[in-house]
Amino acid sequence: MTTIHLPKTVGALALLGFALLLPLVIQDPARQNFLILILMGAQLGVAWNIIGGYAGQVSLGHAVFYGIGAYTSTMLSLKLGLSPWLGMLAGGVVASAFSVAMGWPCFRLKGHYFAMATIAVAEIVQVLVTNSETLEGAVGLSLPMGNTGVAAMVFSTSKLPYYYIILGLLVVTVLASWAIERSHIGYYFRAIKDEPEAARALGVSLTRYKLVAIAVSSFFTAMGGSFYAQKEMFIDPGSVLATGVSIKIALIAILGGVGTLLGPVLGAGILITIEEYSRVLFGSTGSGTDMIIYALMIILVAVYSPAGVMGLLHELRRRIPSLRAKAEVRA
Amino acid sequence: MNAAPLLAVDGLSKAFQGLVANRDIGFTVHHGEIVGLIGPNGAGKTTLFNCLAGFHQPTAGHIAFEGRDITGTTPERAAALGIARTFQIVRVFHSMTALENVMVGAMLRNKGVAHARSRALEELEFVGLGHRAEALASEMTVSEQKRLEVARALATDPKLILLDEVMAGLNQTEVREASQLVVRIQERGIASIIVEHVMEGIMPIADRILVLDYGAKIADGTPEQIAEDPAVIAAYLGE
Repeated sequence: MTTIHLPKTVGALALLGFALLLPLVIQDPARQNFLILILMGAQLGVAWNIIGGYAGQVSLGHAVFYGIGAYTSTMLSLKLGLSPWLGMLAGGVVASAFSVAMGWPCFRLKGHYFAMATIAVAEIVQVLVTNSETLEGAVGLSLPMGNTGVAAMVFSTSKLPYYYIILGLLVVTVLASWAIERSHIGYYFRAIKDEPEAARALGVSLTRYKLVAIAVSSFFTAMGGSFYAQKEMFIDPGSVLATGVSIKIALIAILGGVGTLLGPVLGAGILITIEEYSRVLFGSTGSGTDMIIYALMIILVAVYSPAGVMGLLHELRRRIPSLRAKAEVRA
Repeated sequence: MNAAPLLAVDGLSKAFQGLVANRDIGFTVHHGEIVGLIGPNGAGKTTLFNCLAGFHQPTAGHIAFEGRDITGTTPERAAALGIARTFQIVRVFHSMTALENVMVGAMLRNKGVAHARSRALEELEFVGLGHRAEALASEMTVSEQKRLEVARALATDPKLILLDEVMAGLNQTEVREASQLVVRIQERGIASIIVEHVMEGIMPIADRILVLDYGAKIADGTPEQIAEDPAVIAAYLGE
């Protein structure tokens, strides 16, 4: 087992080195922005994967955590002048608390019913925020442009700082996911996903561990939301609380491969690329092409590879040795 | 053998919307005892298991484990107290390896992953699946999966193990192996209650046999007494 670990560590470091150097090679701001979008999607996918992948509780309402993150850090910044770095943490904590309150009743529901409940909760919150005067309703909130620099997490001259912040956030999210995967919690999540009743018979409290999963997942999702707010300087219910956001987050992980550490990163690379190119081809957002693409992706994954792209790669790796063996037999 | 019973069931009844699956059942199990639980299909054996393991809330009656009332407990609490079980229709964690399946059981007493791994290997060896540790549970035979469930249950360090038809569908050699396995579990000081239809598997090894029919206990005694009990013969052959 130690023989497998070494190349994995080397591979991970190589990947990180590549990510660190990439924006120094690709200097076009539009392309850098595209890379940032991929990292943002990857970070959300990795966060969603903790509850939806490992623990197998499919949430189609993660926009609610994303929105809580975005609105919390933005409101704290606007009203109290709090640094978005702290606002990001605050958003994570608020989202975690909300997720536990929401999970308590919703985790009584199984499978599709849980997924439907998450959609309902996200819709309710979206309607509430849209009608909230304090949160400026459908008009949305803007962050002031004047204050730039690291402390304010606002950068007007270069995309580079955003790139490294989101890369850092992605790395932290992956590390958290990795730590869970390796600990007893990861084993319990997979047991709950496979056979909840058998897990209970082995002493695993379903409610406790599902709540752990959603609390961690929502924490990181909210941090992603805060980052979005800082990058765009403007949020409204349509951009951070919409159903499309929830579906996109889930789809990134499902497309890449649920329950795998880096599947969601792969999924983000593919989905965001397709999305951006379709935007060039069919025009800007709001035309609904992104929804058509999501639907197509869901159908393709469901029919051809329920284990996502990672599943396909895994299958290939399994087949190649057997193909080699066959070739040797023939020779 | 300890004087105080490990498990004491008294007046246990379980009804599902009027359908009575268990009716006023009482019995005891002592430390390290092998108790066979037999009866025709639909006699209420699995329902009784589900009540004991915390999966069903009894409608009436009491269950005491080590002198403590555990009536209406939860499965996770029952497991923590030392009641382990297998399932009639196997419920292995199919996407995990055999080793990982058993590790989940071992984590009940010690959350350390390395500890769980060595503990799980011991139990896999114990049930004769040491060589299959890295096999995916979904790719194992049903017979292997049944043993895997036993290993997983044993890894929780139980005082009582509930085995639900672990011998069903096995050939004669496998039945003999399964019987020997139950005896080896007994040698570790663990009591077992075994639901079984395979008489040649259970009769030679059981200290006592309980017979259920239409949800009620109709006999309780040594295998020899049970084999000659007119009520049992009637239940099995029809009046």
